[in-house]
Amino acid sequence: MEHQYHISSSPHIRDTLTTNKIMQYVILALLPTTLFGVVYFGLDAVILLVLTIGSTVFFEYFYEKILHLPITIKDGSAFLTGLLLAINLPVSAPWWIGILGGAFAIVVVKMLFGGLGQNFMNPALGARCFLVISFTSYMTDFSYDAFSGATPLAELKTDGILSSFDLMDLFVGTIPGTIGETSVIAILLGAAFLVYKKVIRLTIPVSILVSFSAFILLFGSSSLDIHYLLCQLCSGGIMLGAWFMATDYVTSPISDQGRIIFGIIIGLLIGIFRIFGASSEGVSYAIIFANLLVPLIDKISIPKPFGKGGPKNG
Amino acid sequence: MKHLSFEGGIHPGDFKDIAKNHEIKEVLPGDIVLIPLSQHIGAPAIPLVEKGDEVLVGQLIAEAGGFVSANVHSSVSGKVKGIKSSFSTTGFQVQCIEIENNHLYEHVSFDSRLLENVEKEEILERIKNAGVVGMGGAGFPSHVKLAPKNPEAIDCLIVNAAECEPYITADYRCMLEASDEFLLGIEVVLKLFDKAVAYIGIEDNKMDCIALLQDKCKDKDNIKVIPLVTKYPQGGERQLIHAITGRKLNSSMLPNDVGCIVNNVESFIAIKKAVIDGIPAYQRILTLSGDCLQSPGNYLISVGMTHQELIDQTGGFVLTPSKIISGGPMMGFSIFHLDTPFTKTSSSIVCLHEDVVSMCESSVCINCGRCVSVCPSKLVPSRLAKAAENGDQQGFMDYHGLECIECGSCSYVCPAKKHLKQSISNAKKQIIAKNRGKK
Repeated sequence: MEHQYHISSSPHIRDTLTTNKIMQYVILALLPTTLFGVVYFGLDAVILLVLTIGSTVFFEYFYEKILHLPITIKDGSAFLTGLLLAINLPVSAPWWIGILGGAFAIVVVKMLFGGLGQNFMNPALGARCFLVISFTSYMTDFSYDAFSGATPLAELKTDGILSSFDLMDLFVGTIPGTIGETSVIAILLGAAFLVYKKVIRLTIPVSILVSFSAFILLFGSSSLDIHYLLCQLCSGGIMLGAWFMATDYVTSPISDQGRIIFGIIIGLLIGIFRIFGASSEGVSYAIIFANLLVPLIDKISIPKPFGKGGPKNG
Repeated sequence: MKHLSFEGGIHPGDFKDIAKNHEIKEVLPGDIVLIPLSQHIGAPAIPLVEKGDEVLVGQLIAEAGGFVSANVHSSVSGKVKGIKSSFSTTGFQVQCIEIENNHLYEHVSFDSRLLENVEKEEILERIKNAGVVGMGGAGFPSHVKLAPKNPEAIDCLIVNAAECEPYITADYRCMLEASDEFLLGIEVVLKLFDKAVAYIGIEDNKMDCIALLQDKCKDKDNIKVIPLVTKYPQGGERQLIHAITGRKLNSSMLPNDVGCIVNNVESFIAIKKAVIDGIPAYQRILTLSGDCLQSPGNYLISVGMTHQELIDQTGGFVLTPSKIISGGPMMGFSIFHLDTPFTKTSSSIVCLHEDVVSMCESSVCINCGRCVSVCPSKLVPSRLAKAAENGDQQGFMDYHGLECIECGSCSYVCPAKKHLKQSISNAKKQIIAKNRGKK
């Protein structure tokens, strides 16, 4: 026996997609909206981005170092959490908000539950909600440069119609809001890339947007007002939430059936929060609430094994 | 016509171009052959020859040792040297009859028949005597499979010609080069089932094959050629039956429970040889492929010659392989050395360079759900693997782990490179062994 060969269980070939590559694709897909935020909101946005991403990566490294765990910052997930959190902050937020938020996202929401794959709540959203509750005034101040006024969502809420903006502003993103949520077109561009690369499937975003639209058409205004619906769809964090937050693998159901239920719940909750609630954090809360329901959703939506129940005919 | 398929599955690169245009060539064994007594599931065959006996090609040298066992015949003429143990392709030690080849290939007289003149009993008898087993890899004896408890209820004879594993092209070449033999084999089996229609399911990456067979079958009412979507595991028994007939079966059912008999291409050729020509199953066609070989292609080989001999005789390696796979890269077994003898179930050898072979480390599951969406059995592989790794047999059963067909699609797509299929099949083995202990 002169030469021996490697032995392992089948399959002997694997798809080239890795967890790392998925993280890179999502980061790449967030580039358009991040760049738009940087160009539109200026240097302050860059500082917040750097601080927040630096904070998530540092805290993951630090936590694993002191607990003698394998260092996992190379998998890209801490960077992605930092990026997602940063683009969910208003540009006027003070520098320490980014660092504190990053630490909360990584240490409390992610690592204490066992790290990547174990957390039940989206770390960036968990941190955002923590910040909004704790530092409400900083987190809801959307003034920048010369602008200080109500956000489109606030206008829709109080007046039922947009007076300071038109639909095109919302679509392009020249409106107040968090760093990465304002430009619908930039978000959709990134989302299209993720769908094309098969990183995300349409199930979650589409079921969110459809159920939200249905809710708005039924309860949002007195008539079936398409213009009002489009304004609702293009303002606030719903686009960013539907395409980039709710689609987080770890905190969403595992099967397509489950994902549709999950999406419908989020869409309806956003509708309820926007129409009947007072908070401006509807999207974040809706997703986090639905995250908590994932074990239940998974339980009722696990696919039925092929051929269970015997032959179909004959 | 719409090409049929099933839900789930994956699309690995097919790499069939490496071997598909090479005509079948015969390669003769060397001075010694090692003919395994276990070339089928079930008990090993019982040797009928002793050291020093002279044997002829096609001579019965070992007799079926149980119900799902099969006869074994010599593939060479020469002198028996004794019984020796050797590694099988699945890594176990098997007993083999060692025969010194005199290179004369004198054979026993083969007793031929015309299709019109053979009756059902004789067909089964001749298949049994010839030691024909399922040549796709499982090695289930054909005379048992073709004698189900409900022959009158069989209305579908499904010919598994999907050949969905990457690299393998043996069935494709057989259908092109021996199409008449192949169709005659199907007609032989159709004679056993009065109301059956044969459906030849072929993936649509072999359109020339589909066209050729459709042309040859245009006057035959009871043989239909069915184009299938090219997708792995299209040739999985349950997936194939579902794609062609819409019928579903689970792990506790056999194809004949839904009126089907499934057999693969080479089994029909072996059946034709056995019934019409009276030639037993001691040769077969296999694909030699991968990126490391001087002459990849499709070869007619004799049972008992070793992997090493075939590779040597075809020019050897041009690159040092990292892995040698007996069978396809999705479900085949990696073998650790080349002195392993071929059996009736050796469908291919794939020699892969380390650049192609996946030897990656696995990381944590991120719940992406890819394994769920590709699973042809509609299971949740990540949960099953987790239950298996935790030794949670009840959880494993609750998630219907025994329904897994071990196609490996979940491991293929997993971005965390977890060894899902391996964990699941280990747990399955443990549970099946435990249940067997109970009975």
